[in-house]
Amino acid sequence: MLRDTWLVFVRVMLPVMRNPVAIVFGLAQPLLYLGLFGPLLGDSGWQWFVPGLLVQMALFGTAYAGFSLLPEVRTGVMERLRVTPVSRVALLVGRVGKDVVLLVVQSLLIMLAAMLFGFRASAGEIVLGLGLVALLGIAIGSASYAIALKVKLEYVFASVLSSTIVPLMLLSGVLLPMSNGPQWLYWLSRVNPLAHVVDAERSIFNTGSVLLGLVSVSALVLAGMFYGVRTFNRESA
Amino acid sequence: MIKARGLARRFTTKLGPVDAVRGVDIDVAEGELVGFLGPNGAGKSTTLRMLTTLLQPTAGEAIIAGHDLLADPAGVRRQIGYVGQKNGAGADQRAGDELEFQARFYGLSKHDARKKVADLLERFELQGMEKRAVITLSGGQQRRLDIAMGMLHDPRLLFLDEPSTALDPQSRRNLWDHIKQLRTDGTTVFLTTHYLDEADFLSDRLLVIDHGSIVGEGSPDELKNRVSGDLVVLGTPQASIVASKFENAVVDGDKVSFRIPNGDRALPGLLRDLGNIGVELHSVQVHRPTLDDVFLTMTGRSLREDANAA
Repeated sequence: MLRDTWLVFVRVMLPVMRNPVAIVFGLAQPLLYLGLFGPLLGDSGWQWFVPGLLVQMALFGTAYAGFSLLPEVRTGVMERLRVTPVSRVALLVGRVGKDVVLLVVQSLLIMLAAMLFGFRASAGEIVLGLGLVALLGIAIGSASYAIALKVKLEYVFASVLSSTIVPLMLLSGVLLPMSNGPQWLYWLSRVNPLAHVVDAERSIFNTGSVLLGLVSVSALVLAGMFYGVRTFNRESA
Repeated sequence: MIKARGLARRFTTKLGPVDAVRGVDIDVAEGELVGFLGPNGAGKSTTLRMLTTLLQPTAGEAIIAGHDLLADPAGVRRQIGYVGQKNGAGADQRAGDELEFQARFYGLSKHDARKKVADLLERFELQGMEKRAVITLSGGQQRRLDIAMGMLHDPRLLFLDEPSTALDPQSRRNLWDHIKQLRTDGTTVFLTTHYLDEADFLSDRLLVIDHGSIVGEGSPDELKNRVSGDLVVLGTPQASIVASKFENAVVDGDKVSFRIPNGDRALPGLLRDLGNIGVELHSVQVHRPTLDDVFLTMTGRSLREDANAA
């Protein structure tokens, strides 16, 4: 199992390592938010904004992961892998592992860049912050691969993503505090588990409780992994 | 090596259920090279996908290489090799890496995997390609890579789905030699094809499938003998007299054609008999039936037309 997962992980990691430019491209969007949106919040805004930006990166970085699976489903790659004795769980976890590693590297780079603007964080806070981001990445990445394997078509997958990610992001309060809005919008954001993860990430770099966020992200990881593993076990790609 | 009973697969579509495979029995002995022949859409690939654990049968059971298909799919996977119809190497991967990972997925150590990869690269004339991205390989090279990936763990039983598709005639011939060599080395091979010449050249035994059911079985020669007999064409000025002596004879000018079993052996006696009643002959031809004749007799349609239409 561990060996299988490691092999699947290395297999999908190699093309990325050979072409690390892709990692830099992945940084373009958060850098734009950092440079062109962050300053709107004023000098004191960084401590509030950067944790939210990290959660947003986790969301966007791993939700699209499923796209990398679709060409392998359409050609015979997934089929070829599924006939080997390699563990079905490893086929999923190895891939998610790659996305989470990239996410952690990118998040770290963004935090370091944010420090140039005035963001402050201790080493311990950085580790905790990255841990929470990684957990969220595992949850969303697993679900993304499972959905991709189910829908199989790019255009369907793209519309599934845009119709779920945008409301999740808007209702999470990454860009502006949800408490600024009317009551109904605030309560709507309270049922979005992502909003609690954003709150927890902010608590790590400021003060406050991370409990609700940890509970939310744990539930998401369990749900995402369960759905992912079940789909990979069942689906004939 | 394969023992399948009543294997069936029904797909549920918006237009209602489709029975792709309707309860097939398959027996393949160790060391046999069995061809699975049928037109496109006959159920060949669906059957193969069931036998290789890729697709859950809706009915039936099978023992593959000593393991129960339904109860122990992982056991089946360890014993078999499979080369699908579509390319199995990742476009963004290097050819050598894909081979090495494939070997390691089957449990080979890094050292053994590398040795085996070097061996197969040479055997399939892919030396120097190991550092190339798969996407830059030609169609024939990718196909050879696919087949090499199916053999890294020296499977006792190898499934090949339309192996020679997309190959030029020379690579095709080369692939056939590889497949024959596998059989000589003791590997059991089960391959699907809709090419008659391929089925004829490679197979010890053929299973013919049409509309999801097996409609014939036997060696290529047996099938030809059993179903249609040989076509004999005699050129004679007394065509009508000759035609009256044989069932279902067809007269075309001074040519009479009819079918008889084992034409090559029957012909000398037959010519003597015709000579005894004073028939003059100026030409004699015997045609062995083709597998297309077999298919036509068994199903009422030609495999060749079907293959061309696809």
